[in-house]
Amino acid sequence: MANHSSTHPAHVQHHFVDSEQQFDSAKMGMWVFIVNEVLFFGGLFCAYIVFRTWYPDLFTQAATQLDTFWGAVNTVVLIGSSLTVAMAIRSAQKNQQRGLEINLLITIALACVFLVIKYFEYSHKIHIGILPGAENYTFEGIDHPLAHVFFGIYYIMTGVHGLHVIVGIGLMLWIYFRARKGEFGSEYYTPVEITGLYWHLVDLIWIFLFPLLYLIE
Amino acid sequence: MATAEATTKTLKVQRFKPSENPTNTYLTDEKGVWAWMTTVDHKKIGIMYLVAVAFFFALGGFLAIALRTKLLTGASIDFIDADAYNQLFTLHGAIMVFFVLVPSIPAALGNFIMPMQLGAKDVAFPRLNLASFYIYVVGAIFTFIALALNGLDTGWTFYTPYSTESGSSVIWVTTGVFILGFSSILTGTNFITTIHKLRAPGITWSKLPLNIWALYATSVIQVLATPVLAITLLLLIMERWLGIGIFDPAMGGDPVLFQHFFWFYSHPAVYIMIVPGFGIISEVISTFSKKTVFGYWAIALSSLAIAFIGFLVWGHHMFTSGQSAVATTVFSFLTFLVGIPTGIKIFNWVATLYKGSIKMDTPMLYVFIFLFLFSIGGFTGIMLGTLSVNIHLHDTYYVVAHFHYVMMGGTLIALLAGLHYWWPKMTGKMYNERLGKVSAVLIFIGFNVTFLPQFVMGSQGMPRRYYNYIDQFAPFHQTSTIGSYILGVGFLIMLYYLLHSLFRGEKAPANPWGSRALEWQATSPPDFHNFGHTPVVIHGPYDYHQPMEEFQLGIAVDTNGHGKDTHVEPDDPELDKWKNYSLG
Repeated sequence: MANHSSTHPAHVQHHFVDSEQQFDSAKMGMWVFIVNEVLFFGGLFCAYIVFRTWYPDLFTQAATQLDTFWGAVNTVVLIGSSLTVAMAIRSAQKNQQRGLEINLLITIALACVFLVIKYFEYSHKIHIGILPGAENYTFEGIDHPLAHVFFGIYYIMTGVHGLHVIVGIGLMLWIYFRARKGEFGSEYYTPVEITGLYWHLVDLIWIFLFPLLYLIE
Repeated sequence: MATAEATTKTLKVQRFKPSENPTNTYLTDEKGVWAWMTTVDHKKIGIMYLVAVAFFFALGGFLAIALRTKLLTGASIDFIDADAYNQLFTLHGAIMVFFVLVPSIPAALGNFIMPMQLGAKDVAFPRLNLASFYIYVVGAIFTFIALALNGLDTGWTFYTPYSTESGSSVIWVTTGVFILGFSSILTGTNFITTIHKLRAPGITWSKLPLNIWALYATSVIQVLATPVLAITLLLLIMERWLGIGIFDPAMGGDPVLFQHFFWFYSHPAVYIMIVPGFGIISEVISTFSKKTVFGYWAIALSSLAIAFIGFLVWGHHMFTSGQSAVATTVFSFLTFLVGIPTGIKIFNWVATLYKGSIKMDTPMLYVFIFLFLFSIGGFTGIMLGTLSVNIHLHDTYYVVAHFHYVMMGGTLIALLAGLHYWWPKMTGKMYNERLGKVSAVLIFIGFNVTFLPQFVMGSQGMPRRYYNYIDQFAPFHQTSTIGSYILGVGFLIMLYYLLHSLFRGEKAPANPWGSRALEWQATSPPDFHNFGHTPVVIHGPYDYHQPMEEFQLGIAVDTNGHGKDTHVEPDDPELDKWKNYSLG
């Protein structure tokens, strides 16, 4: 371990020995948090598996009400945003200030596009009476007594994921404003990197949600 | 990584003998309420957790005394009718589990001690640590709102369908526990990272104190299990609020699915509660036997084994819920397996005592109480895991007694051992040893008088959670109530002498127990940065055959950027011996 040198860079917090230790710790912390997120969504996937096993007809019938085209567009949008966030990290590592800012902005914009598309999907369903909850659900186009259960699962899975997208937008705005102040560069890009890690997770969860909800037959 | 470097690089070390009269400690460094509330110092956060946990323990204990008072008779008494009784046992359980047992050892004592045992200045994410404390507070506020509204009467397990129909404030409490879960998750994340990344030079995995191994295992469970509770409670909230039809059979859901979800967290959660207790026992037993812990790796790895097996046994809560016969058999078998690593620990602790120089101070007294009570709790757990016996004992007072023997006789007694052990380090004051022993003995007696009769009446068929009982059970219930009063007196004495020691206690020396562990090589109370230097460790924490001075090494001052050498006593001739020592 290096000594607590007097040339402690400003971005290193007092309890770390050096920049490398701080970076390693932050990265590991985010990975542990990602494990926790996987378990969190794992519970939902588990509920999905259980109900799909019990009522396979319900799932194939109800899934026809989901718009595969816009779901696919959203998938492309999120994968694209994962690419741009990775490029943002690369820019930070190479001291490309402009590239960092632009890539963060594109990522934020793509995340917003995702939410807008999701908004239209939700409002269409609400309009025709597909609401979460047995008593609110009034749609009659699906001939199954438990149709509301599928959409209950759909709303919670996509809703919790949407919440993660919103949190991600908040984080990236914060990173963007810090980037504009010139806080990041090859010496210090830890927050960019771990926000990127988080964003990849959000993307990855959608990559599982899309086929499980939209593409079943 | 820090440790990897230490093995390849030569460090110049010198001895830092802790000062007996520290002038600058964490208690004098930042003063005032605001400084405490915004502090990122792990020690202060640990103390704040300790105060919060003590408050909730007092509250939960008060509810328990009210319950037991009601159970003196089978009939209604003035201030507690059947509905109030349901609320009392629910709140007692929910508060004790979620607000006391889960955060007690890791978040309170662990927060204070863990970075010191690692020779670190703080945990990896100090601000996150403070955030977890406030998340805990917000969770508590939600629970109090529920209390002020309609209370809660579902039992602490929130079983559906009752929890979706009950007229009490289920949503408030479950939201509170949901929020609380994040406090637990963030603490776990913080601890895992700290243990991996912030160890002082020389602290390899084989030199980690067993308390750290236990906290590590606990943190792994917290990170893996708590999110599942979070999603379960979220689904329960949605079920109650919107009726999405996942858990409520009236809407197409399945209540057993809720039980699976709930126990997937809540069974590992009992290991979140007990495993850190194991860590404390290992520390105390070694210090007060003045002897190397017997079977270091066996104890360290058995914590991880318990954490692992603990994830595979949740089904033993549902033997009578309509689970398939195959599943119950497998879960029963896996439940027995937990007995193996637990037994390994008990035997290693007892072997540590063998031929040690045992000193029966209060912390050690609690260790003996722990060994006795926890063994009873563990064996009755094996009985409950046996399929045929379980059908008879399911939902009886036998389960209540078993749970209290492991949770109170195990976790809480271990917490008290740790509290008495580290009290001088945390506060810089000694408590009254005689009163400490009196209170420990009273707690031991009171505990057994309270819960032993519950085994008997449970095996004779007294169901848990019942408001009323037949005459046959009256003597057991009455004995149990008297026991709970003795227990209460024991805790009041403890409250008295601990408070007394804070204000009038004798000053504690840096290392009152003569321990070799790293946290005792700091001053009492410690410096704001724990150590004024960067500690260097060359021996294991239990190497009592090595001289004390070799446990007090640190990177030599002239290369230490902090230049804080307030703890060096230059007059000491022994210090010269270490002047040019190099660790390579």
